[in-house]
Amino acid sequence: MPARPELDPHAKPEPARTAGAALPHGLNLDVALQLLQQSGHAALPGEPGSAAWLQALIDALVDLSSRDALTGLANRRSFELALAREIDRVARSGEPALLLTLDIDHFKRVNDSHGHAAGDLVIQAVGRALADTVRPMDLVARVGGEEFSIVLSSCPAAFGPQVTERIRQRVARSKVEIAPGESISVTVSIGGAFAPQWVRTTARLWMDRADLQLYRAKSEGRNRCCLEPAAVPLVSAEEKGLLFASSSFQDLT
Amino acid sequence: MSSAPAIHPDTAAPAPASGGAHITAVTSGKGGVGKTFVTANLAAALARQGERVLVLDADLGLANLDVVLNLYPKLTLHDVFTGQTRLEDAILPAPGGFSVLLAGSGMIEYSRLTPTVRDQLHDVIQRVRPRFDRVLLDTGAGISDVVLYTISLADEVLIVATPEPTSLTDAYATIKVLATTQPRRLIRLLVNQVQRAGEARAIRKQLQLVVDRYVNSGLDKPVMIELLGEVPLDPTVREAVIRRELLLESAPGSAAAVALVAAAAKHLAG
Repeated sequence: MPARPELDPHAKPEPARTAGAALPHGLNLDVALQLLQQSGHAALPGEPGSAAWLQALIDALVDLSSRDALTGLANRRSFELALAREIDRVARSGEPALLLTLDIDHFKRVNDSHGHAAGDLVIQAVGRALADTVRPMDLVARVGGEEFSIVLSSCPAAFGPQVTERIRQRVARSKVEIAPGESISVTVSIGGAFAPQWVRTTARLWMDRADLQLYRAKSEGRNRCCLEPAAVPLVSAEEKGLLFASSSFQDLT
Repeated sequence: MSSAPAIHPDTAAPAPASGGAHITAVTSGKGGVGKTFVTANLAAALARQGERVLVLDADLGLANLDVVLNLYPKLTLHDVFTGQTRLEDAILPAPGGFSVLLAGSGMIEYSRLTPTVRDQLHDVIQRVRPRFDRVLLDTGAGISDVVLYTISLADEVLIVATPEPTSLTDAYATIKVLATTQPRRLIRLLVNQVQRAGEARAIRKQLQLVVDRYVNSGLDKPVMIELLGEVPLDPTVREAVIRRELLLESAPGSAAAVALVAAAAKHLAG
C-alpha cells in the first residue's frame, strides 16, 4: 500500500483549475478538488460537473475521509464503523472474530533519538507490515499515534495465537530506513480478544477487552502477544479467598 | 479509556418500550440450588399479584420444570422448534395460575447453540412477549453458550445461589463472564436455603466486594449486584419438592413461601 503524502493543514488552498463556473447549481468544489490533488488522487473521470464526475468526486472524498493520512490505512472513524458492522455480523452468524490492538514499543524513544520524521517513517513501515501480513478481508486501522487495530473476520479461536504471532514477528523483522544508510527496527505489543459469539456486544466492551490484553503484553515485557484466555471464567484462588473471607457465613460451610 | 460505554439497547436496559412482557432470565451458575423451584414459586407469586406470567423452560439440555410442576405435557418447545405444533398450543396452564412452555424431552439436540437454536429461541421469546406481563426464562445451570445467549435476550438477570461456597463461586463466575461479555450492569441476586436472617445481605456485600476488586476495576461502568431476597432453609420446601407441588400452594404460610412472595413483590416494584 503506497504511503500517502501527509496533508498539511496549514496549506492555503489555491483555487483549483477546474472550471468552477461550469459546475451546476453554482457548486464550489475548489477545496475538495485541492484536497484530492494533494492526497495524490488521480484525475477524476468524466466531464467536470457531470453526474459520473460528481459521484467519483464524492467517492474519492469518502475514501479520503476514511483513511489515515500518514499510513493510508483505515482511520479511527472507519475502524469504528467496521467494528460495528463486525459486531452485527458476529451476532447474526456466530462466526468468530478477533480484534487486535497493537502499540509500537518504546515509540517515544524513536521520536526522541531520531526525530519526528523518523517516527513517521516507523509508523508507515509498521502500517505496511501489518497490512501485508493479514488477509485482504481483514481491516487494519491506525487508531491513534502509534496505535493500530486489526479486525479479523471469521478467525477461528485456534488460529488466534498463530495469526497474532505472525504479525508480531513480521514487524520485528522489518528494517526501517530512517536516513540513508541508517536503519532501525521496532517491535509491537499485541492484545487481542474474540467477540462473544451470537451475543451482541458493544464496540466499547470489545475494544476494552483487547486493550486489557495489550496492557498485559506491555507489562509482561513488550514485543509479545496476549490473547484473552478462553471464555471459561476461572475464579482464581485469590478471588475465592476474598469471596469466603466474610466470617458472617463462613461457619456454615 | 474514560468515555462511558455505549450500551446496546438489545441487551442492556429493560425494554418495556417494546410493548411486551418484562423478561427475566433466572440462572444460577451451579445446579441444584433450587433455581427451578424458585422460578416456579416466583411465577406463582407474581400471578397472584394479577400478572400474566409465563415460565419458559430454557434449560434445553436437562429440563426439569415439568418435574417440579408435576406436568406431563404432550406438547413442548421441542414440538414448536420442530414445527410439529403451533406455539400457542404448547403454552400450557400450570398450577399456581401462570403459564408454562416446557422444553420437553428430545431437547438434547438443542443443547448447543447452533444458528437454528439461536433463531428459534429468539423467535419464540419475541412471539410470547406481547401476550404476557412477565416472562421468566428458566435457564440451564452453568455458563454454556446457550445460557449466555438466553440471558442476553432478557431485560434482567436473576442469579439464584445458596450460601455454599461452590454455589457462591459459580454465581461469581457467572457474574464475571456476564460483566465481560454483555453490557448489562445490574445483576439481581436471590439467596436460597439461608440459615440465618440477613445472611443474604452479607453474601451480596461480599460478592460485590470481590466483583469491585476483580471485575469492576477493568470496567468503565461498574457491575452492581442487587439483592432481590433471601429464602430461608425450611423443611416445608423439601416436602413440597418431593410431593412435586408449588410451595405457595402446599404451605403458603411457611417462612420460605412468605419470603418468595416478598421477593416477587420486590421484583414487581422494579
